[in-house]
Amino acid sequence: MNQGINVVGLYVDNQDEALAFYVDKLGFNVHTDVRNGSYRWLTVQHPEQPSFQLGLFTPGPPIHDEATAQTLRAMVAKGAMPPLVLAVADCRASYDRLKASGVEFTQEPIERYGSVDAGFRDPAGNGWKMIQSAPANAASSA
Amino acid sequence: MPKDRADHSGGPLARSSEADTFDVKANALQDPALLRRLLRAKDRMDAASHEAWPVKRLAEVSGVSEAHFARSFKQAFGVPPHRYLLTRRIEQATTLLRDTELSITEIAFATGWESLGTFGRTFHDITGRSPSAMRLEARANLPGLDRMPACVVKAAQRPDLTIAVLEKRRRVVKGTVRPSIKEVS
Repeated sequence: MNQGINVVGLYVDNQDEALAFYVDKLGFNVHTDVRNGSYRWLTVQHPEQPSFQLGLFTPGPPIHDEATAQTLRAMVAKGAMPPLVLAVADCRASYDRLKASGVEFTQEPIERYGSVDAGFRDPAGNGWKMIQSAPANAASSA
Repeated sequence: MPKDRADHSGGPLARSSEADTFDVKANALQDPALLRRLLRAKDRMDAASHEAWPVKRLAEVSGVSEAHFARSFKQAFGVPPHRYLLTRRIEQATTLLRDTELSITEIAFATGWESLGTFGRTFHDITGRSPSAMRLEARANLPGLDRMPACVVKAAQRPDLTIAVLEKRRRVVKGTVRPSIKEVS
């Protein structure tokens, strides 16, 4: 794929902590981890989705002034950032595995109209929905 | 759930409407680490809104004192914790009305109320509809929603409780808020 969405970033309060979470717990791979002075460009990738990178960025200089950075950190910490959705083949199995590894779940798996969803947060406060599509809806909602 | 009456019998809600007018210092920046812990308490209410959530229990989840919790939660999320819980219960009740065949009595108890009367009155005060009217309306508006994740559809039904329920009730009585539609059943 030559055109399309390539990187979408999240704000996190601590990149080391975020890296440990997304790689060690969720099973993502590191795509890029480079520093330029205090700035660190860090992206991870879902193992089955090589064309897409999830950026794990910290608010702060030189991109943001301190007041802006503080506001962004607060927004993340109170869960005010946009919804994130992780598609999984088996929501309950993924829930059991991630829960055992210490992921902070906000909602146990619930079945709605044949799809099954659960909710968790990354250490910074970003909220994820983990959704297993309903078999009949797979074609339209994928 | 013996604490339920204390949550919804008027005392806390009545007090919070007065607190609204001077307690909003939204621009004061809160410590992100505190906010993250407050979010944990909010998440716990989300996950089990049918349970009783006295401030003591919430404060323990966040690891702060009760007085600190109530003040900080309001500052962080714009509504007092008990009113936030109320919005989640109404949201949950609306979903059950739409998606299940449970009776209204069953839904009242399943969403944390101890009496059908309190549920019906509070539901009407907040949404402007009786539970049975909401059931008909929600089912009529279903087409298209299947393209949104079901959990997002559910959250979008959460009522916006910018004023306390008792305050809303009081304004209706005084005629400052347009009366909501009459009960159909």
